[in-house]
Amino acid sequence: MDWVFTEDRPIWQQLMEQITLIILNGGYPPGSRLPAVRELAAQAGVNPNTMQRAMAQLEQKGLAVGSRTAGRTVTEDTAVIQAARRERAKAAVTSCLRILEELGYIREDALAIIKEELAHE
Amino acid sequence: MNELLVTCTGLTKRYGLKPALNGVNLELGRGRIVGLLGPNGSGKTTLIKILCGLLQPTDGAVAIDGQPVGPYTKSIVSYLPDRMYFAGWMKATDLFDLFADFYGDFDRAKAMSMCASLGVTPSDRLKTMSKGTKEKVQLVLVMARKAQAYLLDEPIAGVDPAARDFILNTILTNYNEDGTVMISTHLISDIEKVLDEAIFLKDGQVVLHNTVDAIREQEGKSVDALFREVFRARNYEGGIF
Repeated sequence: MDWVFTEDRPIWQQLMEQITLIILNGGYPPGSRLPAVRELAAQAGVNPNTMQRAMAQLEQKGLAVGSRTAGRTVTEDTAVIQAARRERAKAAVTSCLRILEELGYIREDALAIIKEELAHE
Repeated sequence: MNELLVTCTGLTKRYGLKPALNGVNLELGRGRIVGLLGPNGSGKTTLIKILCGLLQPTDGAVAIDGQPVGPYTKSIVSYLPDRMYFAGWMKATDLFDLFADFYGDFDRAKAMSMCASLGVTPSDRLKTMSKGTKEKVQLVLVMARKAQAYLLDEPIAGVDPAARDFILNTILTNYNEDGTVMISTHLISDIEKVLDEAIFLKDGQVVLHNTVDAIREQEGKSVDALFREVFRARNYEGGIF
């Protein structure tokens, strides 16, 4: 995968979001083993300490489970993954609605245009 | 082993009357990748040369692993100069022999495998190599040592962007956990994501020393953007000419 970073936020946050996305879309299935920090850092071309921080945050959010000897695995608790997926979806919808609002659509029109696009696909 | 790898207190260097470093206070921990950033003439190379013992400070003190600069510190510092200093008739393998003689921590096997992954033929003579390839050889020599401090003066300036990523990756995957890598450069956007800390040097003084994460969190912008802001060239008074 391609790792893309924006200017405005800390890199560890962006790493965490991108790895979360892989977990949510099943790229790293529940219970599967995550690559080692050093390996992931080399892949993304970032400092291992930065990657370490991103992984520690994933653990804190409950998406990854660490053990001292066996490395990290994706959580087997699918409820946690579902909740994270829903949270991400909500955020996407909110930002979509905000853009439509900036374009001058009121709520009903926004809904109509979304339905129209869905019908197209 | 001292917890702080490098300490500078009140470090000052003058060339004649011209000050190059002006009271630099600096502490560097271990296992970090540090960017030494500043515009031309801000004192980056002078600071690095003092740390390797090539220059004597006019005033102030330096300690590396708790020791003053001398034979011991030279044995744990691996230095990449800002220019080539090897004879053209030598092959990369000749240089490996030289480094193996001089430095007890030089790992020849590692140097050979790094050459292979960087696409360098070690049996070629230096004078037949391009500028970028020579820089790669230099980097191999420096990173194949198991040193505690790697001081890299402009390691990526002369190579193309693709090789740049490769070189940064080489640095990332080849430094050891107790070691600290200090990279001086003004190509900040290229190296920002590999750095733990950034040091801004301006007119021979440290104007900022913080972690990259903290800079992005506090300023809401990248180190590169902050650098452009701090070091923005002012228009000449009296207008543009």
